[in-house]
Amino acid sequence: MTGEIGLFALILAFGVALFQGTVPLVGAARNNANLMAVSDVSSVVLCGLVTIAIVMLGHGYVTSDFSLLNVWQNSHTLKPLIYKISGVWGNHEGSLVLWVLILAIYGAALAVFGRQVPPALRARALAIQGLIAAGFLAFSIFTSNPFARLVPVPIEGMGLNPILQDPGLAFHPPCLYMGYVGLSVAFSFAIAGLLGKEIDSTWAKLARPWVLLAWCFLTAGIALGSWWAYYELGWGGWWFWDPVENASFIPWLIATALLHSLRVAEKRDTLKAWTLLLCITGFSLSLLGTFLVRSGAITSVHTFASDPARGLFILAFLAAVTGGAFALFAVRAPRIRAEGLFEPVSREGALLLNNVFFGAAAATVLLGTLYPIFMEVAGSPPVSVGPPYYNAVFLPIAIPAIVLAAMGPAIPWKRADLPGVLHRMRFAAACAVGAAVLTGVLQRDPVPMALAGYGLAAFLAAGTVRQWLARLRPARSPRRLLRRVRSLPASAHGMALAHMGVAVLVVGVTASSTARVDVEQVMHPGEALSLAGHSIEFAGVEDVEGPNYTALQGRFLVTGPSGSATTLLPERRAYLASGTATTEAAILETFVGDIYVVLGDPVADGGWGTRLTFNPLIWWIWGGAFLSVLGGAVSIAERTRPRMYAAGAQSASVQPA
Amino acid sequence: MTAPSPVIGIVVLLPVLASVPATAETADERVRALAAELRCVVCQNQSLLDSDADLAKDMRALIQERVAAGDTDEAIVDFLVERYGDFILLQPPFKPATWFLWLGPLAFLLLALALARTRVRRARSRRSDPDDPGTS
Repeated sequence: MTGEIGLFALILAFGVALFQGTVPLVGAARNNANLMAVSDVSSVVLCGLVTIAIVMLGHGYVTSDFSLLNVWQNSHTLKPLIYKISGVWGNHEGSLVLWVLILAIYGAALAVFGRQVPPALRARALAIQGLIAAGFLAFSIFTSNPFARLVPVPIEGMGLNPILQDPGLAFHPPCLYMGYVGLSVAFSFAIAGLLGKEIDSTWAKLARPWVLLAWCFLTAGIALGSWWAYYELGWGGWWFWDPVENASFIPWLIATALLHSLRVAEKRDTLKAWTLLLCITGFSLSLLGTFLVRSGAITSVHTFASDPARGLFILAFLAAVTGGAFALFAVRAPRIRAEGLFEPVSREGALLLNNVFFGAAAATVLLGTLYPIFMEVAGSPPVSVGPPYYNAVFLPIAIPAIVLAAMGPAIPWKRADLPGVLHRMRFAAACAVGAAVLTGVLQRDPVPMALAGYGLAAFLAAGTVRQWLARLRPARSPRRLLRRVRSLPASAHGMALAHMGVAVLVVGVTASSTARVDVEQVMHPGEALSLAGHSIEFAGVEDVEGPNYTALQGRFLVTGPSGSATTLLPERRAYLASGTATTEAAILETFVGDIYVVLGDPVADGGWGTRLTFNPLIWWIWGGAFLSVLGGAVSIAERTRPRMYAAGAQSASVQPA
Repeated sequence: MTAPSPVIGIVVLLPVLASVPATAETADERVRALAAELRCVVCQNQSLLDSDADLAKDMRALIQERVAAGDTDEAIVDFLVERYGDFILLQPPFKPATWFLWLGPLAFLLLALALARTRVRRARSRRSDPDDPGTS
C-alpha cells in the first residue's frame, strides 16, 4: 500500500510541477498577481508531495518490504538501520527521488524565504524550477519507477554494495545534491531575469545568497566525498581525478567563477551577460554530470545502473534545457546594457581574471573527462586520461589563480594604481619568501613543489589576513574594533575565511603530496617498524564478525612520539549477502598527519602483506575545505541584516583598503 | 584519537618533511613510481599502484622483475604499451590523436584571456576620459 501511495504522490507531484511550470509564466507575462502567486503555493505543495514519496520509499527500506523491486535489489534484513535509511538514495531510482526532493525543497525555500524577490521574478524563477522538476519527475515515473512491485515476494534482499555501507553515504550524496541542484536556482534566476528583462545589480544581489548556498553544499559534498574515498577505498589518496569526481568538480569551478562575477554584477552593474552565461552553464554541467554518471557513459563505483534508455532521456532533457536556455540567452543578452567603466587594474578586473582562470580550468577538466569518450566514438584506440595529465595541465592554471586570490582583495574597485597594490602585497610576499626559505632550510633536498606550495600558501594566508586587518584599521580601541568588525559586511569576513581555507588546503595538498611516506612490506606477528616517529607493532590477525559480514582484523599497536599508545584495527571484510570483499583501512589521526594502515594478503610463512602510510597534514585538506564552506555560510548571512552594514558596505565599495 | 600537543607535533613533523627522498632512487621507489603512472587495465580508474586486483599484482611483480633485470623505465613502459596500448598510460602520449587534449587547456586559457581583454577594451573605448594612465 505504501508503495502505491508513494507512486501516486510522485504522479500528483508531476501534475503540480507542470502547473507550476506554466501558469505563473502566463501570470508574469500578463502581470496578473493572482496567477503569479500560485507559484508560491504550488512550490510548497510540490515539496510536500515529494516528501511523502521519499518517506514511503524509506518505509519500504526500513521495514525491508521486498515486494518493492528497488528495496529487494538494494537492501537486506541484516543491514544496520542507518544503511537501510541511507540505502534509499544508494541506488539509481532512489537517488533520483532525492534529487527531485531537493529541487522541491529549494523551490519551497525560494517561495517562503524569497519575499524580497520581486513577484514577477520570483514567479518566473519558480516556474522554471517547476519545469525542471516536471522533467525529472517524468524521468523517475516513466523510466526509473522506485515503487515497482515484485511478485512473488522474495524472503531476502540482495544487499547494498558494501562500499556504500558507510556513514559517508548518509551525508555525501545529500550534500552533493544540495549543491548540484542548488545551481538550478541560479539557472532559474537567470532565465527568469532574461524573460523579464530585469538583469541589474539588484538581480545579482538577490541571486547571490542562493548561489552561495549551493556553492557551500557543493564544496562540502565534494570534500565529504574526498574524505570518504580517503578512508574507505584504502589507497590513501584523497582525489583521483575520477570522471565522477570531475563531474562534480566542473560545476564547482563554474559556481566559484559565478560567485566572483556576481560580485562584479552587484557592485558595478557590469559583466552581467557573462554572469548569466555562468548561471546557465553551471546547471547545464550539473545535468551533464548526471547524464555521464547515470547513463553509464563513464563507469565507476558511482554507476549504480547503466541503462541506455535512461541515458537517452537525460541527454534529451539536457539538450532541451541547455538548448532552450542558450537560445533565450542569444536573443536577450545583446540587449543587456553594460554600465560603467572597466579598468584592467581594479577589483572588477581581478575578478574578471579569476573568471578567466576558473573558466579555463572548468573547460580543461571537462576536456580531460570527455576525451576518452570522444576517442571511443571516433573509433580511435582508447586512451586513459589520468592524474598525471590533470596534474600537468591543472596546476599551471591553479597556481596563478591562487596568487590572484591573495592580491585581488588588495585592489580597490574602479581604478587602482599597480604600485600601490604591490606595496600592499609586501608583507605577503615577505611571508611567502620566508616560508619557501624555511622549507629549503629544513629539507636538505627540497622538491620544487614543496617550496612553491608552502610559499604560495603563505602568500595567500598573509595577503588575506593583511587585507582583513586593513579593513579594521580605523579602530583604535578594542570596543571600536568590535564595532568595526560588526559593521563590516559579512562578506568581508566570509571572503577572508574562504581564502584562508584555500591557503590551509594548499598546505595540506603540498605536505601530503611531497612528504608522504609509504611502507609496503610483509610483517610477521610481533614484528615492529618505525614510521614518522611512531613505532608500529603488528600483533597479529583474528577473525571477527560484523552484523552482515565476517572479517579478518589486523592488530597494530602504535606508539606515538609522546608515548601515547593506540591500537589500529584494519579489516578485510567479506559481505554475506553479495560475497564481495572490502578493505577497511585503520587511521590514526594526529596533529602532524595520519598513520594509515591497510591489511593485505597472508603470505605462506605466516606473515601478512601490509601497507603503512604516513600522510603528513592531510587533514588540512578537509580543514581548509571546511573553512571555505564556513566563509561561504558567513557571506550568506550578509543579506539578513542589511541595515547594520549598509553604511560600511558603501564606503567599502569605494575604499576597501 | 590521541593528539600530541602542537609543539611535539611540529618537532616530529620537521624531520619527516625533511626526509623527502633524494633523486637517487632505490629499485623499490622506481617500481612504485612506474606503477603510479600506469593504469590497472581491469579496474575503474585505478593505477597499478593503488589496485588490489590480481592482474595489477602480477603486473607490479613484472615491473619489479624488469627493474631488477636492469631495464630502463622507458624500456619497461614501451614493453607494456606494446602489449596493452596507450590505454595503460595514465598520462596519455602526445601524438596527433591527443594534440587537442594537450593543447586544449592552453587554448582555453588564451581564449578566455582574449575575451576578457576585449571586454576591458570595449569598456575603455566608451570612456569619456581618454587620458588613462593604467595599462597592463
